[in-house]
Parts: sequence; structure tokens; C-alpha cells
Amino acid sequence: MPTATSSGSRGNIVAALGKPLGALAIALGIVALALAVLGANPAATFAALLSGAFGNWLAATDTLVKATPLVFTGLAVSAAFSGALWNIGAEGQLLFGALAAAACGVHLAQWPRPPAIAVVLGAGTAAGAVAGALCGWLRARFAVSEIISTIMLNFIAVQALSWAVHGPLMEPSRAYPVSQALPPAACLYRFLPPSRLNAGMIAALALAPACYVWLFYTNAGFELRALGKNPRAAAFFGVPVGRVAVFAMGLSGAMAGLGGAVQLSAISHRLFERFSPGWGYEAIAVALVARLNPLAVVPSALLFGALDNGAQAIQRAQGVSPVLVQAAQGLVIFVLLAFDTPVLASWRRRGAVREDLASGRADA
Amino acid sequence: MLEAFLSSTVAMAAPLLLAALGELLVEDSGVINIGIEGVMLTGAFAAMAAAYATGSVAAGLGCAALAALAMSALFGAMAVNLAVNQVVAGTALDIFALGVTGVFYRRMFGVTGQALTVRTLRQVRLGPLSHLPLIGPALFHQNLLVYFSFLIVPAVWLALYRTRWGLNLRAAGERPEAADALGLGVYGLRWQALMISGVLTGLSGAYLTLGYANTFVEGMSAGRGFIALAIVILGEWRPGRIAIASVLFGAALALQFVLQAVNTGIPYQLFLALPYVLTLVVLTALGGQSHAPSALGEPYVRP
Repeated sequence: MPTATSSGSRGNIVAALGKPLGALAIALGIVALALAVLGANPAATFAALLSGAFGNWLAATDTLVKATPLVFTGLAVSAAFSGALWNIGAEGQLLFGALAAAACGVHLAQWPRPPAIAVVLGAGTAAGAVAGALCGWLRARFAVSEIISTIMLNFIAVQALSWAVHGPLMEPSRAYPVSQALPPAACLYRFLPPSRLNAGMIAALALAPACYVWLFYTNAGFELRALGKNPRAAAFFGVPVGRVAVFAMGLSGAMAGLGGAVQLSAISHRLFERFSPGWGYEAIAVALVARLNPLAVVPSALLFGALDNGAQAIQRAQGVSPVLVQAAQGLVIFVLLAFDTPVLASWRRRGAVREDLASGRADA
Repeated sequence: MLEAFLSSTVAMAAPLLLAALGELLVEDSGVINIGIEGVMLTGAFAAMAAAYATGSVAAGLGCAALAALAMSALFGAMAVNLAVNQVVAGTALDIFALGVTGVFYRRMFGVTGQALTVRTLRQVRLGPLSHLPLIGPALFHQNLLVYFSFLIVPAVWLALYRTRWGLNLRAAGERPEAADALGLGVYGLRWQALMISGVLTGLSGAYLTLGYANTFVEGMSAGRGFIALAIVILGEWRPGRIAIASVLFGAALALQFVLQAVNTGIPYQLFLALPYVLTLVVLTALGGQSHAPSALGEPYVRP
């Protein structure tokens, strides 16, 4: 299968901004049109969205909070897609990560804080890595499409989480299907209360350049990108295709799993059904807008975090459902894909041939 | 008990079969449509909305097919004409459909989601056959869509393997360049497959609301479209085997109800996860997709 719309190019980030921002503008234009048709006021809706996302200090910091899981899952998707490994399962990997983190975290009340946090985040990372690597291995060993296997694991993760909060991890009074709160020792450091800024964001910010360096300045990253550009050529030149797939899917899952653990440890402290509003799926839009460049994932995640945060406000202000943002995500991906269509190049080529024919240089 | 299980198995298999047959046609033409999940969800919503507004089940079915056609056309424009990455476009369609149906649902019926119910497809009893022990209700006392979904299996087989059109379609999926050179019109064939699939998947979505749930819930397709994708692989791209695979997954879905009723003490989430686990296990056991059309998932740009 060919590479994604825009497989990771190192290029100049600023120069690369045009297309994603243009796509976003077009998608938002379509949304505005739809809003008008539905009878809502587009300008007021967007104003409410903006003020919900950045209107005051708390709203702005909450945009950062909402963007954090998207950085992790966005990096996960970027890494996998760079190798044409279609990991649609960041959602499940994130949930498995949160589940493992919760299962370990509740037992760490007596631990000192740094090692407790390390164990919680480590458990989440490991769980996500196993879920991802499993799909990579199924692909390498049994030729099971990672598209299907990762999607199936998403659904399995939802059920596993539901079982956990109704069963072994249920809070002691057993009244609600939520897990016991993590002990303070297992909770990530927070800054500047009442905002929810936390150490997880720093981890997310550090992970992006690390992922970038791995993808563009290491052998393993090179092999993965080679696999993404042309799997047959990569195999011919000695890239261990199976091993790269397992490792990259594991790495991708690890980042998503870490995202789940960070969310649990820093923000929610408890596990519950619908723990994720779809961060793993939204990650695909985040990664594509970032054109699979790990560094660009951070601003891209911020953008979608702002949309998510603002979406809650438009419900209150304009009675427009926040699921609108999901429709917008789909549109953004469509418009971006359309921008990168190979058909345009083909038209241009044909046009050039026609000109050549007209000027009698057909044989040249 | 067993009778109810068998009956439920067939009823659960029908929407999977409809969607899988549609996907089979699309994949045979060389396109993989992951967006089938979103198309199904759109069909489910449109069926409910139309049936609720008009009180007519037929209107529900018609609107489901139309809405699903529109979604498939969106995918076709991207995947066929613009030749973009099909997996990414399909995923975008799923996300888009989830958002759009959610917006419309809340707009029309409120956030509270009052227990809306609509008229459902009538169960049709096929004479005395339906009184056969054990298999009677399963095979001869179902709604019309169930009969339809199983009756089109031979029709799809005939169309694919005994008509010129089917040969052309498969040529577009195996060697699009060659098909194009022969003047078969690869884009046209892929669009035809997508449109037929749109109708079938839309009906399969309508089945979810009008056939058994009686109402609409956001995201109610719950992975059935994805399971249909797995069914096509498991059925090795052959209509008959796809029907058998659909029944297998129908049984996995039906097992939930039976086992929940019995109260085995096993957590119910295990049963809910069963179809997805089964998909993984079966695909692993099958090991490989050697039966897939050669050009599956590769965008074709006319040179």
C-alpha cells in the first residue's frame, strides 16, 4: 500500500504550514455553512468556541490539558503511519495503558512518590507497547492486517476497561463503576492550581523531539521510513521488514499507552467507562495535519485540543452539539487528502505532454 | 433456548452479511473501504429519522439507502477519483459519520435521547415451515431484510462469476492498468461497486434500527462494519463462504444474549468482546490474505 498523504518529511515546518492550515480553514468553512443551514449563527458559534478554548487563564490552561493526550496518540500514529503501518488502534493502546496504570497505581499508597509515578507510567507504557507489538507481530508472522487487528483491540480494550471498573478495580463502596482513586503518591505533579497544568505535559513536549530524532536520525527510524515509502524495495535492500513492523508498532503503542497513564495519573486519577472521548481516533487527524512530522504534532495537538475544549462551550452558548467537532475532524482529513491527491500531478503531466505534442517535441 | 439462539444467530448475521457482500464487490474492484462502519451508522440514523418522521418503514429503508449512497459517493470521490490513501480516507469517513449522525440526532431529538421508538420491520412467517422444530423460527420466521440478505448471496455470486460485468470488475481489482488499456473504465466499475455497496450497507444500517434495536443510539454500529471487513477476509472473497462466516459471527453476537440470560457468573464484558476476539483468532488461524485482489487498496491514477 502506498504511503500516507504526506509521509514524514523533515522539511521546514514553517513552509509546510500552508496546506494543513488551508485545509483547516476550508473544513471550518464547510462547518460554518452547515451551521448556517442548521439554523445556528456560525460567527457566534466560532466566537464561543474561541472563548471556550482561550477566553481566560483557566480555559487556556485546560486547552493544554486537552491537548496532552493528543500529543501522545498523535506521535503514536505519526510513527506508525511513517512506516505505512496503519495503526488505527491508538485508542485501544491508550485504554490498555490507563488500565495497567490504574491496576498498578492503586497498590502504591505506601511508596515514595517518584518511584510510584515511574511504576504507574511504566506500566501504562508497557501495556500499550504489548498491545501495539501484538498487532505488529500478527502482521509480520500471520499476515493479519494491522488495520483490522488494531481496530478489534480498540473494542476489546473498551470491554476490558468496563470489566475492570465493574469488577476487580471497582471503588470500595461498590456503588459506581469507577476505579478507586490513585493514592497521592502515584499522581503526577501538578502546577499552579487551580489550573490542571502538570508534569505530563512536559513529558509530552519532551517526547516529540525524541520521536523526531528517532525517526529521522537513527537506523531504526530510517528503516521504518523506508518501509513506508516502498516495502518491496526496503525488503530487497535488507530491511528486516517483520522486525521493523513489530518494533515500530510496539513503540507506537507504547507512546499511546503512556498517554493513557499520564491522563490517569495527572488528571482523572480514576478509571471509568468512556475514559477516552476518542483521543486515539482524533490522533489520526492530529498526525495528518502534522504531516506525520513528530515536531509538528505538538502544535497540531494544541489546535485539536483547543477545538475539543471550545466545543464544550458552544453547547452552552449556541446549543450546538460538541460532536460537531468530530464531523470537523473528518472533514479536515478529507480536505488534507484532497490537497495531496496524486491526480493533480498526473493532470499537470498530461498537460505538459499535450503542450509538447502541440509544439512538435513529442519525440524529445 | 437453542431455538432462540439459532433464530437470533440468523437475525444477527443478516446485517453483517449485507455489509460484507457490499464490501466484497468494492474490494473485488480493487478498493478497500474502511468507511463501511460510518456508512452503516449513517444508514441506521437515516432509517430511524425517516421512519420516525413518516411512520413508514419503507421510507426508512429508502432514506437509509440514499444517505448511505451519499456517504459512499464522498468516499468514492476521494478514493477513486482523487486516488488518495484509501485506509486514511475510510477512517476519516468513519469519524465524519460519527460526528454528523451525532449532530443531527441531537438536533432532531435532543441531547436527552428520550426513548424514541419507531415501527419495525414486520416478521414474515413462511407458512408451516416456520413451525419446524429447532430451525423453523431461525430460517422461516424473520423479517424481509433477513431473507433478502441471504437471497442476494447467489445473486452476487452470479454477478461476479457469470457475467461480463463481474469479470470486468474483478479485472479492475486485479490489474487496473490492463483493464484500463482494454477500455473497461476502471473508475466507472469502482463507482458502480461502491454504489451497490452503499445501498447494501445502508440497508444493513437500517436493519440495526428498524430490524431489532427499534431506536437509534449514537455509535450504535459498534464495529459491525469492521467485523464485515474481517468477514470478507475470512470468507476468502467468495460470496458463499462470506455467508457462512457471517453466520459464525452472528452466532458470536447472539451468544451474548443467551449467556447473559443464563447468568453463568462469567463477566458479561467477555461475551461483548467475543466477536472481536473471534475476529483476531480467526484471522490469525487463517494466516494471510493470499485471496485478496492483487490491486486491493492501491489507488489507481490513469496514466
